[in-house]
Amino acid sequence: MNRSRSRGWLGALPLLAFFALVFGVPAVALVAGAFTVQGRPSLANVSQSLQGGHLTALIGSVRLSAVVALLGAVLGTFLAYAIVTSRFALLREAVLTASGVLANFGGVPLAFFWIATLGNSGVVSGLIGLPTGSLYTFWGLVIVYLYFSVPMMVLAMAPALDGLRPQWREAAANNGATAWHYWRFVALPVLAPAMLGGVVLLFGGAFSAYATANAMVGTVVPLVTLKIASALTGDVLIGYENIALALSLDMVVVAGIVMAIYLPLQRRTSRWLH
Amino acid sequence: MAALTGLERVPARAPSPAARRRPWRLVVFALAAVYFLVPLGASFWYTVYTPTSGVSFSAYGELITAEGFVRSLALSLGLAAATIVLVLLLTLPAMLAVRLFAPRLRPVMEVLCTLPLVVPPITFVAGLSTSLRVGVDVLAPTPFWGTLIAMQDPGFPVVLVLAYVVLVLPFVYRSLDAGLRTMDVRTLVEAARNLGASWPYVLFRVIVPNLRSALASASFLTLALVLGEYTVASLLGYEPFAVWIVTVSGSKGQLSVAVSILSLLLIWLLLLAVSSVFGKEFGREKRK
Repeated sequence: MNRSRSRGWLGALPLLAFFALVFGVPAVALVAGAFTVQGRPSLANVSQSLQGGHLTALIGSVRLSAVVALLGAVLGTFLAYAIVTSRFALLREAVLTASGVLANFGGVPLAFFWIATLGNSGVVSGLIGLPTGSLYTFWGLVIVYLYFSVPMMVLAMAPALDGLRPQWREAAANNGATAWHYWRFVALPVLAPAMLGGVVLLFGGAFSAYATANAMVGTVVPLVTLKIASALTGDVLIGYENIALALSLDMVVVAGIVMAIYLPLQRRTSRWLH
Repeated sequence: MAALTGLERVPARAPSPAARRRPWRLVVFALAAVYFLVPLGASFWYTVYTPTSGVSFSAYGELITAEGFVRSLALSLGLAAATIVLVLLLTLPAMLAVRLFAPRLRPVMEVLCTLPLVVPPITFVAGLSTSLRVGVDVLAPTPFWGTLIAMQDPGFPVVLVLAYVVLVLPFVYRSLDAGLRTMDVRTLVEAARNLGASWPYVLFRVIVPNLRSALASASFLTLALVLGEYTVASLLGYEPFAVWIVTVSGSKGQLSVAVSILSLLLIWLLLLAVSSVFGKEFGREKRK
């Protein structure tokens, strides 16, 4: 027993050591740096990261992510329902495959797609006479982020919607329920965990996105990821790196809260539908 | 980071008899088609058409000869290969050991392998670059200083490989976990050991062949993630493929959009490979 336990540790040790070094050390450096000003412990960085332009950026990121998550969830659920109840198996397969591809299509290429479409010299913006710079705004970013968020929601909701048994609807109808009653008291409560999980997933995706925003808006729209990047790359005053660390800490806290909601919900969803 | 999600197949079920053609479904499909297909078409048109020279495919031809294309792509592929090897060498023995000898460690592993999902990549870079900077100062009097400097060589930045291993850990863990679930690891290992097989033999001739599809899908996911990764690489100051696209976009707009279209095709191909691997696995399970 003793020998086998030591073997267990032996096999897991390289991964644990690697993780401690490559993930643990930066995490400690992050927290330590966030609470240090010129080598002394201080709360100045954190309080500064929650003031003025930094706070605006943090709120901007949260607002953008929330709008993307809610819009994406509603649109994605509608699309998923349309697919799941469709009679055409081929269409269904095609849309699900496309969702798989687009949900993973982010970063820089996504930004270039939309710049070519609705950017200042874009193909479509010329046709519809879009005012210059329309894409490089808050709502422009929302439209771009939905391009991967809606497919993500479709993938999150399709299995849950598939789990809705037609018998439930029939039973509800036999008991005199209207379509509204069915949705309100049967379908939505069953779907709620999957939907909430999806919302959180979309929020996280939009919140941590940097590449797309950087390639598209530069610093026109204040976002916390862009602030961290500009503080890190040092095109500002010395000592700003610690502000970047404090901003990062704020981000981790927000992401941690969001994930703390998500993980238990995910377990509940999978229990319900299998 | 573009999170790689939704690779699990949604089982097809016959549409319910209640499914009738309703106008709202047509409207939803039409709107979705416009929203998702117009940027595709517009981007393609953007790459082939210019008012001065009309329709030409030169943007795609230019790609191979473009300054930095081959170099950055080779760097990305090299980083991806190193990441795949390292992440598999670290996770597979650990997961096996935990399954066989230390089931109590399993929740710990699960939490560790989920953590990188919670932490946005940019905050990870912030911590990483700080620790690299501090590390160089702290380690200056020791021989490790040279190691740390060598790890940051722009020709082949090992530090990026390490960072990518952390970023792909959740996906690799999930994929291998699914693979290990489909077989009875304990019986297989005990049988092989009783017949006199050494540990490396057990690992490479018994476990790995049974895990082939899980290993393949983990590798494809890693490849897709590393090829598209921008945040970590650009903030640490390296120029693999995704960073090069941004660099070149300043001077050659058409070229960068052409590369974007190609990268969408590449994601599609990689996911096709993953899902066909998963599909085979499901087929085998059903036959049992």
